[in-house]
Amino acid sequence: MAGFSLRPCGDFRTTYRQDTRIFDTTYIRNAAILGIFAVAMIPFVLDGYYVNLFIQISYFAIAALGLNILVGFTGQISLGHAAFFGFGAFASAWINNTTGIPVLLSIPLAGLMTAAVGMLFGLPAARIKGLYLAIATLAAQFILEDFFARAEWFTGGSYGAAANPINVFGYEIYDDFSFFYVALFFLVVMYLLGTNLMRTRDGRAFVAVRDHYLSAEIMGINLTKYRLMSFAISSFYAGVGGAMYGHYLGFVSAEGFTILLSIQFLGMIIIGGLGSVKGTLMGTVFMVLLPEVMESGVSALSVFEWASSTAVTDGLAYIKEMAIGLAIILFLIFEPDGLAHRWQQIRAYWKLYPFSY
Amino acid sequence: MNFELLFQLLLNGLIVGTLYGVVAMCFVLIYKSTQIVNFAQGEFLLIGAWVCYAFLVEMSMPFWLGFLFTLLFMMAFGIVLQMVVLRPMIGEPIISVIMVTIGLSIFFQAATKWIFGATTATYPQVFETRSLNVLGMQIETAYIMSFVISLFIMAGFYWFFKYSKLGLAMRATAFDQQVAQSLGISVKTVFAMSWAISALVSGVAGIVIGMVNGVSSALSVIGIKVFPAVILGGLDSIVGAIVGGVIIGLLENTAEFVDGQYLHWGNLFSIAPFYVLIIILCIKPYGLFGTKDIERI
Repeated sequence: MAGFSLRPCGDFRTTYRQDTRIFDTTYIRNAAILGIFAVAMIPFVLDGYYVNLFIQISYFAIAALGLNILVGFTGQISLGHAAFFGFGAFASAWINNTTGIPVLLSIPLAGLMTAAVGMLFGLPAARIKGLYLAIATLAAQFILEDFFARAEWFTGGSYGAAANPINVFGYEIYDDFSFFYVALFFLVVMYLLGTNLMRTRDGRAFVAVRDHYLSAEIMGINLTKYRLMSFAISSFYAGVGGAMYGHYLGFVSAEGFTILLSIQFLGMIIIGGLGSVKGTLMGTVFMVLLPEVMESGVSALSVFEWASSTAVTDGLAYIKEMAIGLAIILFLIFEPDGLAHRWQQIRAYWKLYPFSY
Repeated sequence: MNFELLFQLLLNGLIVGTLYGVVAMCFVLIYKSTQIVNFAQGEFLLIGAWVCYAFLVEMSMPFWLGFLFTLLFMMAFGIVLQMVVLRPMIGEPIISVIMVTIGLSIFFQAATKWIFGATTATYPQVFETRSLNVLGMQIETAYIMSFVISLFIMAGFYWFFKYSKLGLAMRATAFDQQVAQSLGISVKTVFAMSWAISALVSGVAGIVIGMVNGVSSALSVIGIKVFPAVILGGLDSIVGAIVGGVIIGLLENTAEFVDGQYLHWGNLFSIAPFYVLIIILCIKPYGLFGTKDIERI
């Protein structure tokens, strides 16, 4: 994929088909498949706390991948991703509650609905870019948040909406253990789709629009079409992620989808690495684990006087928020290419050791 | 139709609008001279208001002294922020710059909540009388004072950019960084000073709003309300910022009037500016007074 790769000696590419494979080498592919099997073992080995964390990571990671397609690959900026995430959650619950379509089908349908809404708010993107687009999507965030609180037929207003558990062939999924596999399935499918997208003509068009939109237009890429398409795909991912979130919790309330969540999504892709599918996953893991690690860190430090003082224990929620902001700032200053780049460097170090030049 | 209420709301709109105008002006100042979009503008207000509160209440200083110390603090704060956080971001893509200021915004918002608590605090009484009678209407003294201070700040900005040496240097830098540098203007100083001035003036606006409404994290919402104002006026126009601020202030209160009298939808006034924002971006993205970008390949 992008960047320099570490192929073994003598492994040359002779066709474009070989050059655009999803996995660079057979070893990486096998490692990825093994990795998925290893992850699938988690519920048997680790306890419920970790299973719950994995499920959180999976729905956030799906939505974050959508944002990375928009921001990292197409170069558009969206500050309203949480609103689309929320819209997906409400849409899936609404479809399932009103029409009785099974949940497993209503999740992608909710994704499509969110894609339509995303395109609506992406319309200004046909004319504006960069900063102006950031502000337009900020407006979208507030308008959709207001809509959630207002549209009682759709969201249940301030009471929220109930979302039924997922039903697979008559087998109802209501506990973490079985939902884990649904989440894993969606995660793998959506990430494969995302990686694949970047190998197609459309994916390359996105990258061209990002790198130099005027040159892209001269080369015959329809800017409006691809910008809108990018918004639609990004919102689709957000919608699917949101729908999973809704059905996992069993209840969707209008308060959860604030600007802070939008910023967290942006934080995930920046920490992971803009324009990297693998990085998105890393960034999401980082962002979900950060508050958890801090919480256990504070409780581990409670032997000290200052860590068990009320200022720290009562203000833990604020300290976590500060940590999110700080992580974003520090990554942007010291590692703007994100964890994906760092991972690449670590691999290169081991691969080339001891002659790392 | 209730004309008296409408008139009262419009007057409120004008006063709030001038405050929006002042904050928008600070935002434009930073954007114009350093090309950075400051999403943490609202947090400047918040910090200014809380620091002043700390000086007045915790250290029980007289108002003028606390106010003066707050100004000094905000100025130093702006300079340090620019030097430590924003200077490494020069030349980075726009998404990184936006994200850094957003990161600052959450960081400071959480930090002020942690240090000062999440509840609303009120300043000690500064004025003797609660309200004055102007043209047959009761207006709070704090409102009048905020209006006067806003006008004063605007006049100050006008003088600063028209006559003072630093202001002229800033305008030159905004116009062309390289030429300014070759004429002996220190671009670094200009960058630091524009953040300092922006932080200082925003801090004053924060104190003024804090006097009227009390100090709480709700102050940072102003930082977001600034966007409709700035986009309406044009991102790089100081006059546009003032006009945009006043229009958004009036619009908000008109929306509240229409909502309260006819529609009964609830919080229309807080969401109306964002609809306007989307519409402007679709029709006239460079605003009323902004310069249109012409790009070359």
